[in-house]
Amino acid sequence: MNIKLNGADHTLSDDASVTTLVSHITGRVVDSSGQAADGRKIGVAVARNSEVVPRSQWAATALAEGDELEIVTAVQGG
Amino acid sequence: MTTASTEAASTRTDALVIDGVEFGSRLIMGTGGAPSLDGLGAALLASGTELTTVAMRRYSPTETGSLFQLLVDHGIRVLPNTAGCFTAKDAVMTAELAREALETDWVKLEVIADEHTLLPDAVELVDATEKLVDRGFKVFAYTNDDPVLALRLENLGATAVMPLGAPIGTGLGILNPHNIELIVSRASVPVVLDAGIGTASDAALAMELGCDAVLLATAVTRAQNPVQMGEAFKHAVIAGRLAKQAGRIPRREHALASSAMEGRAEFL
Repeated sequence: MNIKLNGADHTLSDDASVTTLVSHITGRVVDSSGQAADGRKIGVAVARNSEVVPRSQWAATALAEGDELEIVTAVQGG
Repeated sequence: MTTASTEAASTRTDALVIDGVEFGSRLIMGTGGAPSLDGLGAALLASGTELTTVAMRRYSPTETGSLFQLLVDHGIRVLPNTAGCFTAKDAVMTAELAREALETDWVKLEVIADEHTLLPDAVELVDATEKLVDRGFKVFAYTNDDPVLALRLENLGATAVMPLGAPIGTGLGILNPHNIELIVSRASVPVVLDAGIGTASDAALAMELGCDAVLLATAVTRAQNPVQMGEAFKHAVIAGRLAKQAGRIPRREHALASSAMEGRAEFL
């Protein structure tokens, strides 16, 4: 399926969930609770179609064609 | 018996308490403007800060190193901000994302009016504070040096109020010390002087005016020697706090001799 990720076109397998996407983008294994399996903080948040998806819901949230996803993290500022 | 040294030590351990969390340092650092993560880490360590702001932006896989991980590794608590937000709606969304990403309900609320002044938009700021407090956030409200607005934000449930000394990044220091003193005198939440700090004496002045803490970024990250400037601010904040607690002498119109006039030797 085709989605928008952080404003750019992105192609994913049809059964992809938010967890699949986060794992793919960060290169980290993400467990069912939305934490990185390596025990270190993953430090990202996800909004799907302008709604925040809590990390506890990442695994259960299936993506759909045309979804607009934002993945954000902490950067220098303030 | 209380000795001079134990008295001084106890003064130095008076902790900053925000939302029940104790901080040994009253210097809150920002992270904007540093050319590299390594240099930033060294400057943060030199400053002794225990609380540091970050911005929330799109994740980039090409970014090397994680700022969040750097702060976690150094035991520095993270304070996400809503920098770049012009409306309450954007600020609330950014705060929600920060809460998810960084697992904290603390947020430095920044709602600016325009990119030219970067000054807070009072109307949006009030609206956003109300909404975020409703949603269970601990709001650190970045505000104008307006005593009326500061009190309004506190009454809406802000955890701390953060009046600016001068516009962000200007290094002009504290433009209206009287207003800062007025804000401090009426506040019952921590007051953090935020923005406009240029050099160490500005931070010392903020503490002498009665602020509970100082927040700065550019003054360190863009200094010619950020590590040394970080250390300078560490001492400035401590010195200002001690001076405030020690109680300064009143200002006088005319000179006052500190040596007695009696008992002077007489010369022919």
